[in-house]
Amino acid sequence: MNQENNKIEVSELYKAFGRKRVLNGVNLSLKKGESLVVIGGSGTGKSVLIKCIQGLIEPDKGSIKIDGFETVGTPRKDCEKYYATMGMLFQGGALFDSLSVWENVAFGLIENQKMPKKQAKEKAIEVLRQVGLGADVADLSPSEISGGMQKRVGLARAIATKPEVIFFDEPTTGLDPIMADVINDLIISSVKKLGAAALTITHDMASARKIADKIAMLYQGKIIWQGTVEEMDKSDNPYVRQFISGSAKGPIKVEI
Amino acid sequence: MFQFKYPENFLRALGKPLVVFISRVGELSEFIARALYSCVTPPFYPRLLLKQIINIGFYSLPVVALTTLFAGMVIALQTHAGFSSYGAESAIATVVLISVTRELAPAFAGLMVAGRIGAAMAAEIGTMRVTEQIDALSTLSTDPYKYLVAPRLLAGVIVLPLLVVIGDIIGIFGGYLVAVYQLDFNPANYINATVNELQLIDITTGVIKAAVFGFVIALMGCYNGYKSKGGAQGVGEATTNAVVTSSILILILNYVITGLIFTE
Repeated sequence: MNQENNKIEVSELYKAFGRKRVLNGVNLSLKKGESLVVIGGSGTGKSVLIKCIQGLIEPDKGSIKIDGFETVGTPRKDCEKYYATMGMLFQGGALFDSLSVWENVAFGLIENQKMPKKQAKEKAIEVLRQVGLGADVADLSPSEISGGMQKRVGLARAIATKPEVIFFDEPTTGLDPIMADVINDLIISSVKKLGAAALTITHDMASARKIADKIAMLYQGKIIWQGTVEEMDKSDNPYVRQFISGSAKGPIKVEI
Repeated sequence: MFQFKYPENFLRALGKPLVVFISRVGELSEFIARALYSCVTPPFYPRLLLKQIINIGFYSLPVVALTTLFAGMVIALQTHAGFSSYGAESAIATVVLISVTRELAPAFAGLMVAGRIGAAMAAEIGTMRVTEQIDALSTLSTDPYKYLVAPRLLAGVIVLPLLVVIGDIIGIFGGYLVAVYQLDFNPANYINATVNELQLIDITTGVIKAAVFGFVIALMGCYNGYKSKGGAQGVGEATTNAVVTSSILILILNYVITGLIFTE
């Protein structure tokens, strides 16, 4: 395996909250420009995994390398340069409600790249157009636009700083099937346009099939299966089979 | 079956509340250290600081003015009721002056701002926490301590002393109103007595207290909001905790600071 091609490399990652073990030795790597989708049921630690990678949660032990740089155990200040190359689309959008739509999109440009406001606004409107929103929404506040539009603004904010990796946390959850597909298309086109790598966590199989180069399945804090979409459809792994068929019967126990 | 052979058993007997308490103290200490560090290291956000100053200071003026006005008035009335039988009515001006500047203005302003601002801070930051806006700040390479906490702490420490100085003036004016219009004192004598008795230490005591209270209010608002979890209910709890803890701390610290300054 070519180590230098890996944008992100996670090995033997452990994280527990109290007695609840969430990550139980996760091994995962993301190549440059690759779109990896991590599937798994609710509460299997998908969100914790991407929050660990972004330094939002400190793992108990293990290693996370970004461009070969070890971030676990390194002070956040020294990692900032590497974290700055990553963007994220949050599940609920997580737009700043005290700022207008364009200020949200331009946040990274103004606060970090110190771009002048006027130029940042033009840039924000340009990025908004890329995700299919007109200039008329730019001055609205996030609470004045619909959920689907909020997701698009969140996507615009994530890509505005031209990151090398973008994380998508359940990008299609809470959207109608058509809007979900629009978001999928936007994810594909914006990621391709940037040449960025994407790490998506989802339990929406239609979305996973559409945007993934590679799929990994997380179960009980471990990656139990990895492969392409075709390999997934042919796989005889009982866990994978149960998950993609969406059956209540099988080896995966659902805690009720 | 209790055995106190080992410290572990002893702690186990004390149980989970102790562990929770100790971890809370640790968490708060770490929060204070990080918050103070972010106040003195760049990047600074002067625009956000100004916004907070206006929010805390300007919009709190009416409530602070009303509470200190009536506090001054009631002190004048009670002093008259208590001291007139000793023939020491001239003491009213002095009593109003000292009690308003040293105690009432800082305590009332502190409690009012705690209710108004502490709650709002906890609710705003708590909502940002549960809707992942704080995580979003981090992913956009912005330190939430510097962006959210530092401007609020600084604004609290800067603004509350100013509010208290204004409260001093209005409180003393309240005492004057009652003394002159209700108790028929000579206005010139009352003002003279007030000016003659006025000492710098009266004002500085109030201002020092106000700065400490401002810090406590902003700290409790930010801390409780920042650490809130679990959706709407969590934010509600954070808001309640912010107001209750800062109000209690204000009253305790009020006593402690008075003790430190006025007992040899």
